[in-house]
Amino acid sequence: MDFNTAEELLELCNKENKPISSVMRLREIVYGELDANEVEIRMKKSLGIMRNSAHEPLKTIMRSMGGMIGGEASKLEKRRIEGKSICGNVLTKALIYSQAVLEVNASMGVIVAAPTAGSAGVLPAVLFALEEEFGLSEETVMNGLFTAGAIGCLLMKNASVSGAEAGCQAEIGSAAAMASAAAVEMMGGTPEQCLDAAAITISNMLGLVCDPIAGLVEMPCQSRNAAGASNALTSAEMALAGIKAAVPFSEMADSMYRVGKGLPSELRETALGGCAATPTGCALKCKIFGGCN
Amino acid sequence: MAFISVFEVIGPNMVGPSSSHTAGAASIARLAGKMLHRKIKKIDFILYGSFAQTYKGHGTDRALLGGIMGFETDDVRIRDSFEIAEKEGIEFSFSPNTVETDVHPNTVDMLIEDISGQKLTVRGESLGGGKVKLTKINGVKVHFTGEYHALIVIHKDHPGVISKVTDVFGKQHVNIAFLRVYRETKGGDAYMIIESDEEITKNAVDEIEKNPFVRETMLIRR
Repeated sequence: MDFNTAEELLELCNKENKPISSVMRLREIVYGELDANEVEIRMKKSLGIMRNSAHEPLKTIMRSMGGMIGGEASKLEKRRIEGKSICGNVLTKALIYSQAVLEVNASMGVIVAAPTAGSAGVLPAVLFALEEEFGLSEETVMNGLFTAGAIGCLLMKNASVSGAEAGCQAEIGSAAAMASAAAVEMMGGTPEQCLDAAAITISNMLGLVCDPIAGLVEMPCQSRNAAGASNALTSAEMALAGIKAAVPFSEMADSMYRVGKGLPSELRETALGGCAATPTGCALKCKIFGGCN
Repeated sequence: MAFISVFEVIGPNMVGPSSSHTAGAASIARLAGKMLHRKIKKIDFILYGSFAQTYKGHGTDRALLGGIMGFETDDVRIRDSFEIAEKEGIEFSFSPNTVETDVHPNTVDMLIEDISGQKLTVRGESLGGGKVKLTKINGVKVHFTGEYHALIVIHKDHPGVISKVTDVFGKQHVNIAFLRVYRETKGGDAYMIIESDEEITKNAVDEIEKNPFVRETMLIRR
């Protein structure tokens, strides 16, 4: 029941006539340490934490440790409530929740890394925006989590989900690929369409660098989570419409890893390049940590 | 290829902002805390590499202090660990070491003293994604991740001690998953780290402690 590649995953889905989420659940029960019931309980707990972190900053604005972020989610929510949003409710809600989770994360609140803390906003953003706007059941959302887990698992095995190793494309790019596959399954798409969506997402976010200002998980991480969520919804919509990925998932995962390995170290979480190395980025670092002239 | 659980992808559940600098730091200290027999009196954290550079902005300090008090990675008390430690009467300090660079980028040394005055030094490394390992105990190089139930036996480097200890495990029907041995010098202090799938019973530990060459044991539940 285990799989190492997207092709093996698809074969299992087709053989058993099951969605990706079912294959991922079975795999966890067979090879993991928990039984079926414990797996559901543990995932429900994670879902609860995600839900809380996506909504909490709409009630109370939190200050981040570095002081660079806080209040973005409620600004977007205010505009949405006033009916001014230009993105429509699904995308706007996704943007809001992505910002909220990063706000909670940066202020030492509790989040679920998915696959990392810096990219933790993408998956909950897509799950809850669709849940609310389409009235999906909790069971459907849980399926989304397992499908996302399967894609993340493939990327951990065949590429990387570490910004230090392969840049932001490996963190938020991976999170977005996971979320896009989850969205497709939750909206009734096939396993093939899930993998198409994930492949399109990776190709759309290919090459994104990891350049945190002052080395902190605040900016540009927070707004990139919004970009990740919107990318996920974009490719899910395309895949659900029957648009195929130009390059299949396995090849895109491999390509993402190669691109990541080719990035100079300045653009892999060292805070020495990109946004971090701009005059403004350097000034913010001095303001936060001091010790500058 | 090693099995990757869905909870390694969707997880860990953690206090932010960083899986390596916050959750990993809490896990390292929590693992070290499990090695103590008595309440902690004083702890000094020496931070290296990226930990030394960015520990304040990542709450690495709060996470380490919370971890040593037993807080899990998703325990919100981590945010207030300074105040909690002060209330508990624990002395603590953090010193960045930016001179020594020949270490893993996210390394911490923990100089611990318990209320009886007994000292323990532990080095830990945060490997990314919340994964950690302890690499030194009292200056002796070890490799210990805390993923299994474990017994650390500090004993005199003497012929036959290892077989006596593993014999106890066999008699108690506890399967040894990994066994690693380390020593300071020939005939000096030696360390045995035994990791097991099943919980290691108090009976087994008592039996092992009867061995005259065994100086100390630390039972670490997963």
